[in-house]
Amino acid sequence: MTDATMSSVTAPPPVPTGRRGPVGSFLVHAALIAASIAMIYPLLWMISASVRPEDEIFASTSLWPSSVDFSSYVRGWFGLDVSFGRFFWNSLVIAVLTVVGNVVACSLAAYAFARLRFAGRNFWFAVMLGTMMIPYHVTLIPQYVLFLDLGWVNTFLPLVVPKFLASDAFFIFLMVQFFRGIPRELDEAAMMDGCGAWRIYWKIMLPLSLPVLATAAIFSFIWTWDDFFGPLIYLNDMNSYTIQLGLRTFVDSSSTSDWGGLFAMSTLSLVPVFFFFLFFQRLLIEGIATTGMKR
Amino acid sequence: MAAVQDTAVAVGTGASSRPAAQGRLARIWASHGAGYMFLLPWLIGFFGLTLGPAIASLYLSFTNFDLIRAPEWIGTANYARIATADPKFAAAVKVTFLYVVLSVPFKLAFALLVAILLDRGVRGLTVYRAIFYLPSLLGGSVAIAVLWRQLFAGDGLINSLLAQFGIEGPSWISHPDYSIWTLVVLSVWQFGSPMIIFLAGLRQIPTDMYEAASLDGASKFRQFYKITLPLLTPVIFFNAVVQTIDAFKAFTPAFIISGGTGGPINSTLFYTLYLYQEAFGNFRMGYASALAWILVLIIGLFTAFSFLTSRYWVHYDD
Repeated sequence: MTDATMSSVTAPPPVPTGRRGPVGSFLVHAALIAASIAMIYPLLWMISASVRPEDEIFASTSLWPSSVDFSSYVRGWFGLDVSFGRFFWNSLVIAVLTVVGNVVACSLAAYAFARLRFAGRNFWFAVMLGTMMIPYHVTLIPQYVLFLDLGWVNTFLPLVVPKFLASDAFFIFLMVQFFRGIPRELDEAAMMDGCGAWRIYWKIMLPLSLPVLATAAIFSFIWTWDDFFGPLIYLNDMNSYTIQLGLRTFVDSSSTSDWGGLFAMSTLSLVPVFFFFLFFQRLLIEGIATTGMKR
Repeated sequence: MAAVQDTAVAVGTGASSRPAAQGRLARIWASHGAGYMFLLPWLIGFFGLTLGPAIASLYLSFTNFDLIRAPEWIGTANYARIATADPKFAAAVKVTFLYVVLSVPFKLAFALLVAILLDRGVRGLTVYRAIFYLPSLLGGSVAIAVLWRQLFAGDGLINSLLAQFGIEGPSWISHPDYSIWTLVVLSVWQFGSPMIIFLAGLRQIPTDMYEAASLDGASKFRQFYKITLPLLTPVIFFNAVVQTIDAFKAFTPAFIISGGTGGPINSTLFYTLYLYQEAFGNFRMGYASALAWILVLIIGLFTAFSFLTSRYWVHYDD
């Protein structure tokens, strides 16, 4: 045993560990490809169903339609009293405002926690971390009463204003971690040159933090786009519905027999998220890997 | 801060009559004021949207409140009813626990298995990773829940596929014994984000440990059992806690798939769905507040329990 170990220390093992042989490699790929197909099959089936002639939708499990027909998209788009264009626009407005609010408010707070010295900083930082543990159900009902009293129900304000008050503490935490990695010499030098905290934040921290700001912005957008619960509670008038509420109404409406239209609108509702995923995949995956973001 | 400094300068210069006191004020402002200026939006949010509502919610949980009349204090009656006289609460807790216990282990097992397959020397890693992660990103949306409802319908795609193997599937959605599985499968399908965290964790394990082990003749399985698994326990623990808390809070799929009812026979009545029904369907805001606090208690107890037991199976380097 000792001899074997000694000899292999001097002569490196022939097959590097961690690499698989050809057979193992084939098996791994076969398993991965099978799993990949199972994973995306439902999505592809939905897209395929959205361009199928109506009578063919549930007829086959095949992904290939016998003929391609986009009329489902037209029917779906105008299938409710309010068109899906309106729902998309509403979702877009809310998502964009949320992104702006989250990035601005969370980066302000994160800068204070990461760089400024003030009495009570550690205390507030601990409080901020603590708020991440509280499930939203606890504050849900009083918040609803508050927004109802303010006359904000049925407007976008309850969905957007909290974001400008840095209510997504998770993003603050993310940014604090990033800001701490930026060399302190930079802002110390700027301070020597007479820059105030505001200029340091604006001219040094933000430009150097584009990766973390982008991650926060992208996740904000996607989560807001997908959010169902918030709009469900606060938006009652169909003109103010988001895409998620529009879809749900479409399911419940008398036109439920219009599966083609439903799948067409479902497919469209996923398009923005899919594009973000396509363009920012690396950023999103790094964001998850390093911070363990949920979902 | 430009504005802040201007103010500080203005205070300093304009106060020639009492220079000492004003100067000290300016210095205090310059060192602490800036911090609080930057923190102001968050502070307003914390008091107005978190602390204030949390206190109000605790108060409301001891009242009858229907949004129209003022809250009426009824002591612990809400909690008493939850504990003794509410079959729907019991049903919701049972369904939610079932969902957590079924979905989280399956999800983590898949995530770990795929992460290990992807970990070393797989060509096309980024493509596979993207495909496996995509459902996690789309999964929370109504479209996916709608799709799932059709896939698992009595004459839906799943049963058509089963039929090709000669299996006659049940009508998953409308049968109380099977409906929960529809939701479990949907959750497991979204194993992508724990998978990515597992992948990152696997990268941290030094390859020379495996080299040494294989030189000693340890089989792949033994290496997994003796090296990978123990060194990965912190990541497994993290994923388990995050996924479990998320599972407790699940709402959209159950709402869409059951049409908001939690049926058939309360078999998909997730806790959050019941809370929503009580608050915004029946306008029992006080009762729903009590339900919310019970949920916090359940999640808190669970988290505490996880951390207490973690010392027996989670290995940290130091």
